[in-house]
Amino acid sequence: MEEFFQQLTNGLAVGGIYALIALGYTMVYGVLKLINFAHGDLFTIGAYLGLTLLTSMSLMDSLGVFFGLLLLVLMVMGLVGLIGVLLDQIAYKPLRQSPRLSAVVSALGASIVFQNAVMLIYGARFQVYPQDILPRIVINIFGMPVPLIRIMILMASIFMMGALYFFIQRTKVGTAIRAAAEDQGAARLMGIDVNRVIMLVFLIGPALGGAAGLMVGLYYGQINFTMGWIYGLKAFTAAILGGIGNIPGAMVGGILLGVIEALGAAYISIAWKDAIAFFVLILILIFRPTGLLGERVAEKI
Amino acid sequence: MLLEIENLHVKYGNVEVLHGININVDEGEIVTILGANGAGKSTTLLAISGLVKISGGLIRYKDEVLNKTPAHKIVRRRITQAPEGRRVFGTLTVAENLNLGAYTSTNHERTRKNLEWVYELFPRLKERENQLSGTLSGGEQQMLAIGRALMSDPKILLLDEPSLGLAPLLVRTIFNTIKEINKSGVTVVLVEQNARAALKLAHRGYVLEVGNVVLQDSAEALLSNSEVYDAYLGGKG
Repeated sequence: MEEFFQQLTNGLAVGGIYALIALGYTMVYGVLKLINFAHGDLFTIGAYLGLTLLTSMSLMDSLGVFFGLLLLVLMVMGLVGLIGVLLDQIAYKPLRQSPRLSAVVSALGASIVFQNAVMLIYGARFQVYPQDILPRIVINIFGMPVPLIRIMILMASIFMMGALYFFIQRTKVGTAIRAAAEDQGAARLMGIDVNRVIMLVFLIGPALGGAAGLMVGLYYGQINFTMGWIYGLKAFTAAILGGIGNIPGAMVGGILLGVIEALGAAYISIAWKDAIAFFVLILILIFRPTGLLGERVAEKI
Repeated sequence: MLLEIENLHVKYGNVEVLHGININVDEGEIVTILGANGAGKSTTLLAISGLVKISGGLIRYKDEVLNKTPAHKIVRRRITQAPEGRRVFGTLTVAENLNLGAYTSTNHERTRKNLEWVYELFPRLKERENQLSGTLSGGEQQMLAIGRALMSDPKILLLDEPSLGLAPLLVRTIFNTIKEINKSGVTVVLVEQNARAALKLAHRGYVLEVGNVVLQDSAEALLSNSEVYDAYLGGKG
């Protein structure tokens, strides 16, 4: 029971991280029908920027743990969001009228550029997050010990997802994003500036991905310039699992994948962890290609 | 003159589909544009709305040239289109679609009044307020498309084939509503295949043939014109 509970909470925390990254894939796919293959590297950049800001600014000492972390998350999100917007302006916007494959190739190129830039700036070795940032508190839930960081990551990702869901479902701008994802031409006839919508999506998606990168750094303590590849692939799987282009789908898919993976690693074999995730992807692609929550309504012709 | 289209040329790639047409619309009119498939009727409306690029000529609205104005800014000039095929947002509810129609509006009071008016014109939409619009029938979707366009409080309403695929009884309802909308002070440009219904409703009409205006006259004159009768009103054929 204890083992199961530990794996479940671990799976939920990792799942929350997958979900945050998956949202970036799914939102961009929603409006542009483009898989942003550079998204995983924006996640990496988030982890590295977090490390730099953490070690250079000593926010925790001056602001306390909670507000220090909060400011750190906000700064990382802002910076990575900005890089996301620039990525779109430089690598994708000039290709809007081109065949879709051109933008995909451009995305792969951008991924290589980001990965190598991180390697050149920070070096190819693993970098270690300072271990004394968070007090090593263990909380007892139902008599079982759970590290505080795990709970914080889960709560933070749930909070961000909730905020995004509210923004997308309940606000005017959020509705405009959904409309633009469905029919750009009709959205423009409503007076929606679709270019602004795209810019906003490239701000929000990478900001969430960057936050996820920071969380991984804090959770596992070490980061590497290639980490975006495997996390990106997992999150992409999560997005497909939930139904690509579907925002609640990415959230559900991420959490689900994290839990499946953690339980699979515990009860089957840790060596099969990645294989299990991609096995899920294959099953979904065969039996439910639109994902668990994909295609909310059949459109009338 | 509220809207003047002068020598308008539009190309899709290398193929020119509008070869310099002239259309004028006065304030308060219903003007209909008739013609067969591929004559350039929809292209004309899309050009006015800024969704297709203009390769020559000009579109003037109240002394302002709109040639280069992007689509989302045209709506702010209060020229709104209910496009061909309705193009309602199927994954959004009826109410969400209508609210998006008022996307450019900053006057909440005005928007609320418009919503009341739209629900008055189309009570069916009120009943289905919280339903996903993808689940509506074709006629209801057309009502939603027109209602959504009205939410922007337009001076000029561009309607592209509102009768397409609708049962005759429903067509009559929609056309009666268009008349009512016009009476409330909205200028209407109506593109139609259903020439008889359109001419009965309109004040004036233009006939397009492969990218050229071949006829223009008052609606009554066009209704009794033998060429129009033969080609568009089911004459000898």
